[in-house]
Amino acid sequence: MWEITLPRTIVIADEASEYLKLIEGRKAFIVTDRVIVSLGFVDKIKSYLEEAGLDVKIFDEVEAEPSVENVLKCVEIVREYQPDWIIALGGGSSIDTAKAVWVLYERPDVKIDEINPLTKLGLRNKAKMIAIPTTSGSGSEASWAIVITDNKEKRKMELASREVVPDIVILDPEFTLSMPSRLVADTGVDALANAMEGYVSRWRNDISDVLAIAAIKIIFTYLPRSFRDSRDREAREKMHYAAMLAGAAFSNSQIGVAHAMGHAIGALFKIPHGRTISAVLIPSIEYNLREAGDRYIELAQAVGIGGENYEEILRKFIQRIRELLIEVGEPLTIRDLGISREEFEKNLDELVDKAMMSTGTIANPRIPSREDYVNLYRYAYEGRKIDF
Amino acid sequence: MEKYKFPSEEWIRAYKEELNKNKAYEEAAKDWEGDFLFIISPGEGVEKEIVFYVDLWHGKCREACMLPSREAKKTAFVLEGPYSNWKKLIMGQLDPIHAIMMRKFKLEGDMGKILRYTKAASELVKTASRIPTEFTI
Ligand SMILES: [Zn+2]
Repeated sequence: MWEITLPRTIVIADEASEYLKLIEGRKAFIVTDRVIVSLGFVDKIKSYLEEAGLDVKIFDEVEAEPSVENVLKCVEIVREYQPDWIIALGGGSSIDTAKAVWVLYERPDVKIDEINPLTKLGLRNKAKMIAIPTTSGSGSEASWAIVITDNKEKRKMELASREVVPDIVILDPEFTLSMPSRLVADTGVDALANAMEGYVSRWRNDISDVLAIAAIKIIFTYLPRSFRDSRDREAREKMHYAAMLAGAAFSNSQIGVAHAMGHAIGALFKIPHGRTISAVLIPSIEYNLREAGDRYIELAQAVGIGGENYEEILRKFIQRIRELLIEVGEPLTIRDLGISREEFEKNLDELVDKAMMSTGTIANPRIPSREDYVNLYRYAYEGRKIDF
Repeated sequence: MEKYKFPSEEWIRAYKEELNKNKAYEEAAKDWEGDFLFIISPGEGVEKEIVFYVDLWHGKCREACMLPSREAKKTAFVLEGPYSNWKKLIMGQLDPIHAIMMRKFKLEGDMGKILRYTKAASELVKTASRIPTEFTI
């Protein structure tokens, strides 16, 4: 049995955000960050909501890689305001924050770390949620995952509940045009990893497969274009859809070791999510080949890579990914993240502990032992080919 | 080879012994604290619920036995499911975490904590698969 959860309504293409003019309700609460405000996106969304007759309040203090404190601060304001719509406008950080805030608003008795797939939350008594992503990466708009950083324990809490999948997702290509190329790459690589890990996961299924393959095909074609030219509207638009598809894919299967390792690096060294994923992506694939070689062959074939035999196809596929990462200026090793060897070795034990505790470990095609993780990290530090 | 009947006191003792030999489990669960009741619910030929007690502590199994009823011990976790699902789990045909998420087993206790020890959970199940088992129901 596989339970698939997807957003109920997905609005796409030009002027998608004007859909907000049709929303019925009293009060909308926008969760966003200052950059999004400065780009004028918040004003635009606010005006549409007001046109629909809603009162609007804004929280623009979402941090990059949001913390528990950040969420709690926002919850206070929401509880006071009592909205019937929660609207996330921004990247994965804003969407994740909004999801967590939504839960705590509806359920003041629930603690943030109690948000898990088994807790019955009973959301939608007070509010429903709209996600309007402005980056094309995390796929949070379509997923039931919430990643919040616990600064005290220096860990990324991987929270999840099917109930937090937004009611409405608005994919308006216009919001992607002002993304700097660095952000396009950082988030785009995350989308790639989300789709790839979802595709090889032991919890994959026929529906998540379709979503993952669709996303990967788009990313291989359009990520480099989107990175190179911010005026390439077609590429930006397609990447926006790919990110959502990838989010839906991994959320209905599971993340894998690249995310397990990346989340640990991100929590300890405060490095943006996509870059940490990029640094470990190729080692994670090489490590998985033994258990999921056939799945990677299917992916390779889906993006048009052929060869004399499986070995050649896999070699070419990994090379293609490497070239893609280089083309968009993403790190290939943990060293590339600017972490010194000394700093790395000092934190290695903790990195491994954290990776072992990630949900990315359980459904990975090959479940790493502690020793595997130590080796994976060491190999990934210098980009050595996995030979174990 | 001698087979252990499942469910039985011998089986759960063999399980304890096997688990304490499992290095992968030991390292994955090195910080784990929390005991379990594993309960086979009535039905499918099981007349009255069958209760196992397993105390897991810092990578080791401190105690494992059958209990006359669930009231006999208050534990941090209770994992409960029908006989057929236990059988599949022991035979390695079910992924433990996925089975819990799909409600094939009912879990009482801190799911968040379980989700941080998924590797340990999979080793717990792998250990069970290694015991030569004769299913008697
Ligand atoms: Zn990701």
